[in-house]
Amino acid sequence: MRRGFLESTTMGFARAITRVMLSERTARQRGLLQSLDPRVRVVGLFALLLAATVSRRLSVIAAVLAVAIALAVFSRVSLFGLAKRVWLVVLAFTGVIALPAIFVTPGHPVAHLGNATITEQGLRAAALLVLRVETAVTFSTLLVLCTPWSHVLKALRALGLPREAISMLAMTYRYVFLLVETATQMLDSRRSRTVGVLPPAEQRRMAARTAGVLLSKSLATGNDVYLAMQSRGFQGEVQVLSTFSLTLWDYIALLLFLLAASVAMWMGR
Amino acid sequence: MPVLFELRDVCFAYDGVPALRGLSLDIARGERVALLGANGSGKSTLLRILDGLYPPAQGSVSFDGVTLTAERLQDDGFSLPFRRRVALVFQNPDVQLFNPTVWDEVAFAPLQLQWAKEEVVARVTDTLELLGISHLRERAPYRLSGGEKKRVALASVIVLDPEVLLLDEPTATLDPRSQSQVINLIQEWKGSAKTVISATHQLEIVEDIADRIFVLEEGGVAASGSTAEVLGNHELLLRANLVHAHRHSHGAVTHSHPHVHSHAKHEHES
Repeated sequence: MRRGFLESTTMGFARAITRVMLSERTARQRGLLQSLDPRVRVVGLFALLLAATVSRRLSVIAAVLAVAIALAVFSRVSLFGLAKRVWLVVLAFTGVIALPAIFVTPGHPVAHLGNATITEQGLRAAALLVLRVETAVTFSTLLVLCTPWSHVLKALRALGLPREAISMLAMTYRYVFLLVETATQMLDSRRSRTVGVLPPAEQRRMAARTAGVLLSKSLATGNDVYLAMQSRGFQGEVQVLSTFSLTLWDYIALLLFLLAASVAMWMGR
Repeated sequence: MPVLFELRDVCFAYDGVPALRGLSLDIARGERVALLGANGSGKSTLLRILDGLYPPAQGSVSFDGVTLTAERLQDDGFSLPFRRRVALVFQNPDVQLFNPTVWDEVAFAPLQLQWAKEEVVARVTDTLELLGISHLRERAPYRLSGGEKKRVALASVIVLDPEVLLLDEPTATLDPRSQSQVINLIQEWKGSAKTVISATHQLEIVEDIADRIFVLEEGGVAASGSTAEVLGNHELLLRANLVHAHRHSHGAVTHSHPHVHSHAKHEHES
């Protein structure tokens, strides 16, 4: 059956949510990143992400991306999954933004496309942007895939993120599943009562009405979810079973992360 | 029996729409109480007030001799022991189940209350066994059936072994088998002299889960008494919209009489 924009988007969200659930399984597997203290993971991956972002040399960013790929392999993260869900998607989005740079950046011409000229500097600028974003998103994805969400929150709290911000992130994660399920049920219910194809204007009105009702429901349900958390003792501080403690291996890993990031920043300046 | 909850002239409104209007009642320690009322009579609001989630706009609520105030409930010194002693199972299990796995869900409350790691592991394991859901421990709660979700929701609070269990429509929307399982669980749990306060409009389960009933009507207590007294008062039940006059025919004779209505067990044809 052909689905409209709203339904396709909701179904897409539902699939994404399922993937998040599967990622919790990856986070509980044995692997390189999983073996490290979550605080080391957050600091180390953020340092490498920062190095990729500030570096101006393509070769250095490519080397940092290679480190990310190696970390993925040793952490038992599927490269096929990364390519399909991260690299191709980022390439599509960033590619669109980077494309004009190929033509509008002044510099040494390397090819002509009709009246437009492709310059060496333009190609370099576009490649830099795409590679930087690919690398940054890969590190963020690795952190989320290899760390249960509750541990990410606790690590961020330990690193000084305010309690309010942590509460907001915790609520978002818990609530998004429920919101997607409600939206899916609303759309199913609407489809069961719709005969034939509605004119585009009516479809737009229907979509607007659905979005409005969903917003009202979301406010009420969001409040209930928070009350349910509060009722079971949630006070804004995330508590998890594991107590974080740094081992010698954590210190070594942290040193390696920071060393690699510093070298990348120095070489890529 | 000593009074555990004491409510005096409690009022509460949602954006100006009154839900409770001057409600007063006492509930003693170890009692099994049912809050009976039609939809919108204020049952769920009352449970949330008893759980300290809503502060009353007027009036007072005290638990074990201590008045529940917003300031007191924000103080960890009071709030953590209170949450340990009083637990609420929400009507909609979906709002209560927000963790990635059933195990995490059941471990949530003990972790928030900062129990020792070994104790959390032992209690979660025992509770999952008690409720017969050990096989679901790695499953995502949002993918479970309605009956399974309800059992996980119950497990997520029973794990604390609270003194008071507040249940909002404990068997609503469940099939008869799941309904019976949940009632058995409540009865078995009650065996250890706990206070159980259930909000429901399902008359057919009340005898199984309560010894005393408060009938709520338009945000106040319309009547109270023993289960037998209240269930025997058809006029009261009719007025509170808990039963309705059912018209039917026996051959050529048509007559009507008060009728207990359960959506879970049968349907009416027009």
